[in-house]
Amino acid sequence: MRRAASASSADNSGASSRRRKMMADSESIEEVAVIGNTDITPTEAENNIVNTMVERGTSLLKKMEISVAEAEKRTGKNTVNMQETYTVYLIETRPAESVSEGGTPATPDTLWRRYSEFELLRTYLLVTYPYIIVPPLPEKRAEFVWHKLSADNLDPDFVERRRVGLENFLLRVASHPVLSNDKIFFLFLTEEKGWREAVLETGFQDKVDSRLKSLNATFRVKNPDKRFTDLKQYSDELNTVISQLLRARAKVADRLYGVYKVHGNYGRVFSEWSAIEKEMGDGLQSAGHHMDTYAASIDDILEEEEHYADQLKEYFFYTDAVRAVCRKHELIQYELELAAQDLAYKKQQKEELVTGTVRVFSLKGMTSKLFGQESQEQRESRLTALEQNIQEGEAALKQKNAECREFVQTAWEDIERFKEQKNKDLHEALISYAIMQISMCKKGIQVWSNAKECFNKM
Amino acid sequence: MSGQAVPVDLSGHMLDLEEDEDLEVFSKHHSSAADGGSMPNSPSSMVNQYRLEDEEDELVDTMKDLLVTVDQPESHVTAIETFIVYRVVTKTTRSEFDSSEYEVRRRYQDFLWLRGRLEDSYPTLIVNPLPEKFVMKGMVDRFNDDFIETRRKALDRFLNKVSAHPVLSHSQHLHVFLTAQDLLSHRKQGPGFLSRVGETVRAVAHSVRGLKGRPEEFTLMHDYVEEFSSKISSVDKITQRIAKEQREYVDELKRCGPTYSLWAALEEDLAEPLRGVAGCVERCCVETEEHIQYLSEVLVPAVHEYVLSADTVKAVMRRRDTIHADYEVKNEALALRKDEPQALEEEVGRLAERLELANSALKGDWCRWQEGMRGDLRSAFVSATEKNIQYYEKSQPSQWIKMPWHILGRTPFFMPSLQFHSSTLHKVQLV
Repeated sequence: MRRAASASSADNSGASSRRRKMMADSESIEEVAVIGNTDITPTEAENNIVNTMVERGTSLLKKMEISVAEAEKRTGKNTVNMQETYTVYLIETRPAESVSEGGTPATPDTLWRRYSEFELLRTYLLVTYPYIIVPPLPEKRAEFVWHKLSADNLDPDFVERRRVGLENFLLRVASHPVLSNDKIFFLFLTEEKGWREAVLETGFQDKVDSRLKSLNATFRVKNPDKRFTDLKQYSDELNTVISQLLRARAKVADRLYGVYKVHGNYGRVFSEWSAIEKEMGDGLQSAGHHMDTYAASIDDILEEEEHYADQLKEYFFYTDAVRAVCRKHELIQYELELAAQDLAYKKQQKEELVTGTVRVFSLKGMTSKLFGQESQEQRESRLTALEQNIQEGEAALKQKNAECREFVQTAWEDIERFKEQKNKDLHEALISYAIMQISMCKKGIQVWSNAKECFNKM
Repeated sequence: MSGQAVPVDLSGHMLDLEEDEDLEVFSKHHSSAADGGSMPNSPSSMVNQYRLEDEEDELVDTMKDLLVTVDQPESHVTAIETFIVYRVVTKTTRSEFDSSEYEVRRRYQDFLWLRGRLEDSYPTLIVNPLPEKFVMKGMVDRFNDDFIETRRKALDRFLNKVSAHPVLSHSQHLHVFLTAQDLLSHRKQGPGFLSRVGETVRAVAHSVRGLKGRPEEFTLMHDYVEEFSSKISSVDKITQRIAKEQREYVDELKRCGPTYSLWAALEEDLAEPLRGVAGCVERCCVETEEHIQYLSEVLVPAVHEYVLSADTVKAVMRRRDTIHADYEVKNEALALRKDEPQALEEEVGRLAERLELANSALKGDWCRWQEGMRGDLRSAFVSATEKNIQYYEKSQPSQWIKMPWHILGRTPFFMPSLQFHSSTLHKVQLV
């Protein structure tokens, strides 16, 4: 049984939609409970979410439900005419009203997309909205893995986690106040065939190269905006700390797996041993079974932990997007300063030309000194040209100023929105981590209590 | 020889003055326990005596008449070597002891000596093993505090088991061990080594020949011990492996706590929950360290003792087989010899009795051993499970879960997706 996640869950956290899927898929929902409100049933909780969606959702989300329902393997010829195997993901959209009717939901519209198309969409968004912190995609290749997890892109577990990550991406974009209104995004969800052409038609490709160049270039800004420099620093530090945490966590998971699995050997040995014992036999045998249970329990525990890691990973990748916005601002600031500088220089030149003093070195000035004064006509024409330049320069500066102001305003709006989202999401992630720990300890206590009873009967 | 009370000491070919002393001790004990008068000396009645003692032992258990403790390890430095010396304190009400309290200093080698003598004197009794001579892998330092403490506990256990044994506790060697201020002079007496060589040679010879008449019950015992030995060794290895895996786990986990703290320093709203997680992780590290210590210092030694004990039982069974083979060889020779049967007959008779006693001693001690094993391992495993339960109880992040939920701005309605029992729910409190 699988349910499409409703879009509002992206409002708080993409992780919530994952968790709700987990709940739907699992068999026993008897003891589901809500902290603080013990009487709430799953349906009521669902309605809560729906209501919030309507309150807080974007206009896109008010119209449609989005999900990435399935993944499939395909083979085909690639651009260099070689056979390749790749995965496609099914995007389902359906009108939002069908949920509250209570009857069977309407059949969704569907189309298939592969990961590279998601990448294309994201690049387009990055270039088109440089002042927006664009949500990240799930990782291209599995990083921070521990030995049990496969790093193979075709491995079913990896594909599943990627499917969830892609859905999360779409929901994040769909719930963004600015991005959700983008036409190309809408087409991505609804037009399977013509989408690629539509994207290319926007001409965003031209901006891609220059963006890459600007991101990587080194330049110094004279009057940096403190808010942005602070943000960039925070983003860099967050990036470092989360990557450290993810690495450490992967190693810890690996080791914990080892601890639990070795206990499985007890199961085997106790079973064999019980065969030669009379009074001790039963106790040993049943204790052995509990050891097997204990060893097996780590699989579920670590799978849940993996979701927690995915939540951290999303924000790890988000830091790159934040950094990109800061860099873009730096670039704009720099260009503004250059324009101002350029204008000042030209004005200086004009002044000198008018007053006849040479303060600024110019080749013309030098040659005229060496080879004799220029004629009045020549001076006049130069002056006119300069004045023209100055006018153009002033216009350019004005435009750059406006551009900068607008960038700062829109960017900062998005940054505030992002900060709030981040705090909420990560807070929830940490709480769910705590709950996982509690659950793990409870399981441990249960198993060992059972084993103790068995040993007492030895 | 046949007129006297036959001692359990059956290394009959040895000339050992101390054997006679043992003899006396043994008979003294019997005369105090039994009705008095002359002792029955047939093997079967001996068996009955033996069993009686066991029952008595249980009654007397709560009123032990011989109490020993091993404590106060100290470093002893001489010109040649440095070693650890332990204090051995004895409190007793037994008449064979001149005083009621003794205090002596003994080193590991002295314990080794005592055990060797006990095995020599009672070859088919199961003498508790000693902690191993060489350090187990993983520990490097012979003078490491933990190692010394673990060894001290094992030595204490050894002495306690010996002094609780109905036969061994009356050994003259034990007496000397517990009372003599200068053990060295006593140690120099006795063949020990040579006899063991002879024994090994004969054992090999007999195994080549093959044992024909081994009673069924001893074959069963033998098969059981082989299997038990293999299983308990596995349990030993598994437990050591778990300790190793836990160590690797905690070494990695130690990196997480500081990272969470580092992160908390970057944040405002998230600082508190992050610090909460950091604290939780750190506590988990502390608990895991403690657990590793428990495994290495308590559970592993308890299990390992039975690995060594199984080896001891195997050796005892080999010795019994040797005694049996000795008899068999002579018995067959007797059947073939027609002339001069008298001397041979006598010898065969002596060997037959010796065999009978060896068998009954082993049978009696075997029951004792099995009960001991069951009790010891049960309590070891039960306390191990208790330790595990405690570990999880203390690792639970139940304190910091009282997080400021209100920061989220709403009741966390997403929680339904995480399943947990309602009992957890009641423990979690909303601020």
